[in-house]
Amino acid sequence: MTWARANSDRLVDLMLQHLWLSVVPVVVGFLLALPIGWWASRFARPRAVLLAAGGILYTLPSLPLLVIIPGLIGTSFLDPINVAIVLTLYALALFVRIVADAFAQVSAEVLDSATASGYSWWQRFGGVELPLAGPVLLAGVRVASVSTVSLVTVGALVGVSNLGSLFTEGFQRDFRTEITVGIVLVVILALVLDAVWVLLGRLLMPWTRLRGAG
Amino acid sequence: MIEYRSVGKTYDDGSPAVDDFSLVIPSHSTTVLVGSSGCGKTTLLRMVNRMVDPTHGQVLIDDVDIATRGPVELRRSIGYVMQQAGLLPHRRIVDNVATPLRLAGVPRREARERAMDALAKVGLGADLADKYPRQLSGGQQQRAGVARGLVADPNILLMDEPFGAVDPIVRADLQRQLQTLQHELGKTILFVTHDIEEAFLLGDQVVILRKGGVVAQAGSPAEILAAPADDFVRSFVGLDKGRRRLRIAELDGQRVVVDEHGRPAGVLDPTLDRT
Repeated sequence: MTWARANSDRLVDLMLQHLWLSVVPVVVGFLLALPIGWWASRFARPRAVLLAAGGILYTLPSLPLLVIIPGLIGTSFLDPINVAIVLTLYALALFVRIVADAFAQVSAEVLDSATASGYSWWQRFGGVELPLAGPVLLAGVRVASVSTVSLVTVGALVGVSNLGSLFTEGFQRDFRTEITVGIVLVVILALVLDAVWVLLGRLLMPWTRLRGAG
Repeated sequence: MIEYRSVGKTYDDGSPAVDDFSLVIPSHSTTVLVGSSGCGKTTLLRMVNRMVDPTHGQVLIDDVDIATRGPVELRRSIGYVMQQAGLLPHRRIVDNVATPLRLAGVPRREARERAMDALAKVGLGADLADKYPRQLSGGQQQRAGVARGLVADPNILLMDEPFGAVDPIVRADLQRQLQTLQHELGKTILFVTHDIEEAFLLGDQVVILRKGGVVAQAGSPAEILAAPADDFVRSFVGLDKGRRRLRIAELDGQRVVVDEHGRPAGVLDPTLDRT
């Protein structure tokens, strides 16, 4: 505790760095997966191809990717953007399947009924499909968010500072306290972020709170 | 007036749903398409609001080929009620009913007021307005579905087996209510069902369909019962099972109406009995 208090400024910095390295990939990955997953949910052939591609992408080891990416896009090795890009790819790979499932479970009858009422394509997508896919999408965001928060720590190995830096330093100096503090803060960050998603879901989807009561 | 001019529909997989169908549906009356599953009745219904576009032939509303009208705008001018009500599960009942108005650009407050009126018209209390669909019974949801179909006061109302999923007592209630509403509103209703009793009860014109949208017979219920076109119609309406052939018999000293098997079907109204 004394160590944590003495280094509180640095810990807050690392936590903020860790936060944005987690949130950006989840948000960008989600937005990219939305049209791709929707497409996969409507057509069987792209679905098979995209889900397979997503699966392969997710199995690629992160460390080599972190080394390859700067060469591909011309960024410096220490640029945090590399970590953001790699994690966005993982989030995307995870999301494509979830988004496809989320849209596939929306009742075809409800969609028919919306079309018959005179919804245009965009109105139906934004006003019916997206909200009804919402609960499954939210579950996906929560999974991706937790996994991304933990994956960010790998970035410390290539010199991008975040809470993972506490692990690398702790190992080098054989200083257990620092490692423990790192683990605790990563868990706290993951839980806080998860609570934010849940809260956001409640605000955006008030009808889901009825589940079980109705 | 709705008119089908030799329309046909072949789906992408090559199976023909409707081969060659022509029919005139007069305004301000109820026409019921009745047939077993696979006779193409729902396909025919959905051609009227362009949920299905015919492969050949034309559908006209008031002498205008609807292929020339934008599907979204066309659908907003036609009421639609489907099986299981098709309410949006994430919107409150009043918002569900107000949907066609909101899509047509009616301001929120006015849309809500008109939706409340429509709910009252189908016998749903104001206390249900702010509930979500799954908090209502099947019959209440179906009423809300009818309210949504009527809220924008369309000339045409399409009903696709709207009472198919509720129990017989609720169904009878909904049918009675539709008759009352239709008496008052005089819409052009195209109604699809597989239930001949429902067809005879609600239809001014009843169209009995065979597979592939072939018209076995079209006419008023009385015309069909009095002069069934062929054995298919005779069997479809139940004339072959003796259920429809009634006669008067004396039972326990009282005159009752019985079917061919001698099962009592009713009594003669003594105020009308002049024999």
